[in-house]
Amino acid sequence: MSELIAESITKSFADKQILQNVSFTVKEGEFVALLGPSGSGKSTIFHLIGGMSRPDEGTFSLDGKDITGQRGMISYTPQNPSLFPWRTIIQNVVLGAEIQKKPDYQTAQEMLEKAGLKGYENAYPYQLSGGMQQRVAFVRALLSPQDFICLDEPFSALDEFTRLEMQQWLLNIWQENKKSILFVTHNIEEALYLADRLLILSNNPATIKYDFSLPFVRPRDENLFLTEEFLQWKRKIYQALQENNHIPS
Amino acid sequence: MFFAIPNWLLPAPTDIFHEAVNGWDSYAHHLLSTSNLAVVGFVIGVSVGLVVSISLHLLPSVRQAVYPLLILSQNIPIIVLAPLLVIWFGFGVLPKIIIITLVCFFPIVVATLDGFRQTSPDLMHYMRMAGASKSQLFRKLEIPHALPSIFSGLKIAATYSVMGAVISEWLGANKGIGVYMTLAQSSFRTDRVFVAIVFIMILCLIFFAIIIGLEKVMLKGRRGKDE
Repeated sequence: MSELIAESITKSFADKQILQNVSFTVKEGEFVALLGPSGSGKSTIFHLIGGMSRPDEGTFSLDGKDITGQRGMISYTPQNPSLFPWRTIIQNVVLGAEIQKKPDYQTAQEMLEKAGLKGYENAYPYQLSGGMQQRVAFVRALLSPQDFICLDEPFSALDEFTRLEMQQWLLNIWQENKKSILFVTHNIEEALYLADRLLILSNNPATIKYDFSLPFVRPRDENLFLTEEFLQWKRKIYQALQENNHIPS
Repeated sequence: MFFAIPNWLLPAPTDIFHEAVNGWDSYAHHLLSTSNLAVVGFVIGVSVGLVVSISLHLLPSVRQAVYPLLILSQNIPIIVLAPLLVIWFGFGVLPKIIIITLVCFFPIVVATLDGFRQTSPDLMHYMRMAGASKSQLFRKLEIPHALPSIFSGLKIAATYSVMGAVISEWLGANKGIGVYMTLAQSSFRTDRVFVAIVFIMILCLIFFAIIIGLEKVMLKGRRGKDE
């Protein structure tokens, strides 16, 4: 149960306007990717949803409730895994839940097993590879009590092989849990492969320029990358991004 | 001629060793007294240091005002301050504790505040986004994050505490290594001075080892976290 509505969000830092009139909806159980060039204000949108600061104008609502400027309403996975080095893996994955209420170690254990991390419960983060750490961070987000998950370029620090593996894994685990996801990325293929809907941000100041619904059927697998339809979409998105990137005179 | 240094000027290591073995009964109680004093002073100094650093951390505006004063407190030579403390508080245990506290708390405060300041911004950001309260931030993130720094401070404070104890005893006490040392010095028993030095070192090393042992237990699993 979670539907996020962003309504005409505007935000400036100092004199520079970062976001202008950004509106979008993420429906219940939907996987939405937010695509835009670096520095286009993608992370700012997350900070605003997460309540780190308030938008100058506009509101966010979750299931009809105004959550503008409130922290702890969404669950979040940052760019780097941000695991706590002094906590074991199991202690790390329950952290999000622990902040809100009493953690449930039983479910955490099951979830770690599903994520292929059985046997690592009592390991420390530095003992895990980058991909595994990212999985831990995502399990932590899933175990958090909030039903809405924000992922901020979670795979950008991984190598190509690990990334493919992780994308497939994310799709599988998301299909089982059906939480709503807002996924920020600057990788076109990643966005096409994972998402139901694709939002494209324009530059300076950012606003939602396109809102594409992707027709690819689920469950998806890596063969999708090579289909004609996928490549056509890729071209379309690429062009849409190109229009953006003209240097303003 | 040149090598004919009299024993009272520079005793041979064997003489020092003999004195250390034979004189045990004459200085054992001094040793005990100094270690007691150092431990009590260390515990009080560290507690004061932790309380001060935590309050300064939670009250940033106070921190800016008080931090320079803390540095100044370390600029007053202990040798000058100690007699004053004796004048004010007598020859009892209080002025001695004050001196040890004064030398112990500063490394703790500096190390702890640095530890808090270096809290990983990424982890901080995660905790905030997850809706952590100020006290959760403090308990679940800042304290554990500062622990390695706190232990660095503890190690310095542990060795300082023995020094502080000896210095405080110089200036008026009826037992302790400081007293033993002063007596030995004024009666030209250089061998005993060296015995005292050796035992001060041993005491420091024992303290240091205890802190390292404690650190190993409390920071278990943290190796390699920073690469």
